[in-house]
Amino acid sequence: MGAVAHAAGVPVDRPKGWRNIDMKWLVIGVSVLLVSYLALMPLGFLLWQSFFTPATATNPAVFTLANYVVAYSDVETLKLLGSSVTFAMGASVFAFLVGTALAWMNERTNTPFKSLFFALSIIPLIIPGILFTVAWILLASPKIGILNMLLQSWFGTDYVFFNIYSMWGMIWVDGLHYSSMAFLIMTAAFRSMDPSLEESAMMSGASVPQIAWHITLKLSWPAICATLLILFVRSIESFEVPALLGLPVGIQVFTSSIYQAIHAYPSQVGLASSYAVTLLLITAIGIYFQSRLSNQGSKYSTVTGKGFRPRAMDLGKWRYLTASTFLLYFSFIVVLPFLVLLWSSLQKFYSVPSMAALKNLSFDAYSFILTYPTLFSAVGNSLLLAVGCATVVMLLTSIICWIVVKTKLPGRFVLDSLASLPMVFPGLVLGLALMIFYLNFDIGVYGTMWIMFIAYVTRFMPYGLRYNTTSMLQIHKELEESAAMSGASWGTTFFRVVLPLLKPGLLAGWIYIVIVSIRELSTSILLYSPGTEVVSVLIWELWENGQYVELSALGVMFIIALFMLVMLAQWVGRKFGVKEA
Amino acid sequence: MLNVNALYTEYPNDKGEIVKAAQDVSFVVPEGKLFTLLGPSGCGKTTTLRSIAGLERPNAGDITVGGVTVYSAGRGIFVAPNKRNFGMVFQSYAIWPHMNVFKNAAFPLEVSRNKFSKAQIEEKVMRVLTAVGLDHVADREATKMSGGQQQRLALARALVLEPKLLLLDEPLSNLDAKLRERMRFELKRMQRELGLTTIYVTHDQSEALALSHEIAVMNAGRIVQIGSPREIYERPRNKFVADFVGLTNFLDATVDGPDEAKNGYRVNSSIGALSVSSLDPYAKGDSALISVRPEDIELFERRPDGINVIEARVDLKVFLGEYLDYQVMIGEQRLLARCHPSFKASVGDTIYVRLNPEKCITIQDNITYRKAA
Repeated sequence: MGAVAHAAGVPVDRPKGWRNIDMKWLVIGVSVLLVSYLALMPLGFLLWQSFFTPATATNPAVFTLANYVVAYSDVETLKLLGSSVTFAMGASVFAFLVGTALAWMNERTNTPFKSLFFALSIIPLIIPGILFTVAWILLASPKIGILNMLLQSWFGTDYVFFNIYSMWGMIWVDGLHYSSMAFLIMTAAFRSMDPSLEESAMMSGASVPQIAWHITLKLSWPAICATLLILFVRSIESFEVPALLGLPVGIQVFTSSIYQAIHAYPSQVGLASSYAVTLLLITAIGIYFQSRLSNQGSKYSTVTGKGFRPRAMDLGKWRYLTASTFLLYFSFIVVLPFLVLLWSSLQKFYSVPSMAALKNLSFDAYSFILTYPTLFSAVGNSLLLAVGCATVVMLLTSIICWIVVKTKLPGRFVLDSLASLPMVFPGLVLGLALMIFYLNFDIGVYGTMWIMFIAYVTRFMPYGLRYNTTSMLQIHKELEESAAMSGASWGTTFFRVVLPLLKPGLLAGWIYIVIVSIRELSTSILLYSPGTEVVSVLIWELWENGQYVELSALGVMFIIALFMLVMLAQWVGRKFGVKEA
Repeated sequence: MLNVNALYTEYPNDKGEIVKAAQDVSFVVPEGKLFTLLGPSGCGKTTTLRSIAGLERPNAGDITVGGVTVYSAGRGIFVAPNKRNFGMVFQSYAIWPHMNVFKNAAFPLEVSRNKFSKAQIEEKVMRVLTAVGLDHVADREATKMSGGQQQRLALARALVLEPKLLLLDEPLSNLDAKLRERMRFELKRMQRELGLTTIYVTHDQSEALALSHEIAVMNAGRIVQIGSPREIYERPRNKFVADFVGLTNFLDATVDGPDEAKNGYRVNSSIGALSVSSLDPYAKGDSALISVRPEDIELFERRPDGINVIEARVDLKVFLGEYLDYQVMIGEQRLLARCHPSFKASVGDTIYVRLNPEKCITIQDNITYRKAA
């Protein structure tokens, strides 16, 4: 009515226009402040703290460069750098090779059971890192590893076949755990390649190896490098694997050194910070190059509208081999670890599978866990944090995303970078930074659930942003414009048009964040205190106490619960038309 | 030269239902001719082309080129696509973005089993680039060219190995209208000059009419009619072809009896008594469907002489520059007529239409050829 009257030249009673504008700017302002605060405070304080000596009861902290001097002049640090880089490179290359081989088998050949394998490939991501590592310890530890025991009894020897407590062991476990991530990324890359680029090479007479080299490889190297970088950054941030497998035998990487520095007495916060800053530098460089490569890569892979997929290579009888490779892979990555945890959880004392042991199965461990005093609060904390964090993140990032994608506000790209900044922080480093910050900036948050909540929200903000961006880009601006033409205020448009249209992305992102926050350990481990444990911290505590059997029981229940959660999420997702990310 | 026999292809779609992409597709293409597969989306023309190329494997049938069998279900023969030595131009051109123009065109020579020397490659590539008019951009990055240039590069690449068969998958559909018309002439000239046997796939009937020696109209996986462009246009065998290729008016009629003209019949149609022409035999009392094209309906302001003259009222008049479209009503029946812009009748006027009996043809309306809803 207002618009028409205006056009007719009739003076219009402006419907409290100032209130209209205020709402929009209020929401934007609050979101921007919040994001800046969350993203910049940890970084700032981390840098600040690294220039101070440890504060003890008698001496206050003093400005110094000593931390960096010690860190960088020490031969130990060079060894640290060497180990970290070796570990990260080994794990990322291993994960990449396995993931790519499987992705190629699934996407480009006529291996059977394709959709089944694709669906199963998400399962490894459900198993928390700590449980996966513990399971492999139970399998391949030199003293108690089941695989060792079995092989030794079969071959009648004392020879230690597998030693998981080694760099190779660390590479194996971490690489295996994240190979499914490589599988998903490379599958997406294979799917987005225009098939006619390879088909035209075929019609030009090139053989399959020639096509693979001249066309496929040369077109996809940006994607390959970007994937390797993602995996490298992931591995160098890894905490559970180096802590559980490396520390017992003196293999140090950055993350485990940070943890040890904090838990030393007096707490070497300054030293930990300088390590953290170094680690941060590495991950920042890695992510920078990765995003540069991703942009370049999109020039090469075009998705055509036509429905013709690349012709699957006919493997003939070999497809049974590839199908069995998949099954073997899943046994290594899901079945075996789960079974070993299950086995261990049913023992009174940890022992190797044997007929005798089979007679002594018991559910003692389960009753122990179920009556464990902090279990219910831990589960409650995990759920509360996960759900709360996911909700806040998705709402906050939807606003940020809207600003970045839909408006022309100056500085919106800075906002985008700020909101994505936490991606650069390894979980442990983020925990460290927040710990330092709230120790010094005492607003009563340290030692409560709030600090963990802040940590989770900061940590998972970039993921929420990514899910929202994909959805937001698909909302044509004419949908909002027609709302405006119909007289809607900004608030009405945002809440009644934009948010509902974002629903698939919001839901997918929410589900993802719930799942990863329930699993997460490295951020929580420096921030928890008695009463604010989460389930993953509980598992860690049981490990530190050597309670393997009880740990396995908790682990089994945890995995089953997570699995059901993911199934529920998939069902909900399908119901609301969410496409797999 | 190309012999396609009883091709049958089916596959499950996303929902798991079986889609019959091509059924009983057979045709023969003599050497040096341009043969077009024409039809709407989903009719099976691209499936057939890709089966000839070897990029798809049919479930049954044979394909023989120059006496060599490249596919035979019965004898278990399947020659891999990279061994068939056919040139193919894809709808999206499939130009490799990481190579320049020269390297794109040279690729087939570089990967070929016969080792070509650098000099030979240079000579062959420049020859074919000159033929398509791209010799002056030989070292430009291939994707930094216009659509028309990329299309010519794709063609050059297809021709560089001097193939015995050229396959074109809707090569002009990504170009804008003016460029498309120009490229149409280029393609025709090149094909006639080279005398290269060519299979062309398109949904654009004017392209098909302009370029082909012979057209196969396809619908729902089957070939509906094969013939020269003139045959397809002037003698469509059924309603689908009559309607898909060009515009036409359909009139229901009942046959009265034969006429004295050759192949002539007298019918009682929805616009009155008509003399029509038919290649099929009809008996008195049979029902028939008459098709007459708008350009074969003459319009007069005063009653003219001759047969098939009927009075009509002008309902709609549309000026299109090179001709006028008239929608006229004869009773309840609407007719679309096309005439020279100098015709002066306006809406509401009474005019006279005269239909040439040789251009009023009977057609079959065979239900199986209609695409399932």
